[in-house]
Amino acid sequence: MAKTNYESVVVLTPVLSEKMMQEAVLSFEKLITENGGELIHKENWGLTKMAYPIQKKTTGFYQIFEFAAEPNAEIVDKLELAYRRDEQVLRYLCIKLDKHAAKYNERRRNGEFNKPKVKETAAPEAAKPTPTPAPVAEAKSEPTSNEEE
Amino acid sequence: MAKRKRYTRTPIIRPKKYCRFKKSGIKYIDYKNPDFLMAFINEQGKLLPRRITGTSLKFQRKVAVAVKRCRHIALLPYVADQMK
Repeated sequence: MAKTNYESVVVLTPVLSEKMMQEAVLSFEKLITENGGELIHKENWGLTKMAYPIQKKTTGFYQIFEFAAEPNAEIVDKLELAYRRDEQVLRYLCIKLDKHAAKYNERRRNGEFNKPKVKETAAPEAAKPTPTPAPVAEAKSEPTSNEEE
Repeated sequence: MAKRKRYTRTPIIRPKKYCRFKKSGIKYIDYKNPDFLMAFINEQGKLLPRRITGTSLKFQRKVAVAVKRCRHIALLPYVADQMK
């Protein structure tokens, strides 16, 4: 009866007030727990700028859920159906996490991201990691430009 | 019977490329971290080939999936003019 870990990212419209956004998030949470899911972690990035406009909106509320459920349960289908029905949802993504991903997320949650040099940290706290990955990126981009010439 | 000129090419010495995932023992590539994924795409937002980044095939596939997921949730653009 091994449970599988899933991760779900939802982008909600920026039109919502803080309260409405939280209500929407709560309703999804409820849906997860009521369908036999076990909420492991949730994360709210708040109003975040998107890389391209969706429905003419340039920002969105990012919400991330991580939950464990039985692999054959229809929880993901139900969740996706709820996302599709909800007009406040601009984008959603539900994925199954493999063991490496689950481990990575656990470490990320505990905030121990100094060890892997490159992959360090989530986007919100991007301030610190920049010194470390930068040299790697530079070293790599040099041969890139050479080959393009 | 034309005479052929012989050119001796001086080899360009570049540091050897390596797969950074193998080297630093990264097993999972986070799609929620666009700053990191920027290293694997060009200015137009296209995926860079393995021959340039040096990534091993196994991880190149994972990079590709991560970039695509990242684009879907609008953290990376599908198309861009100047990203970097």
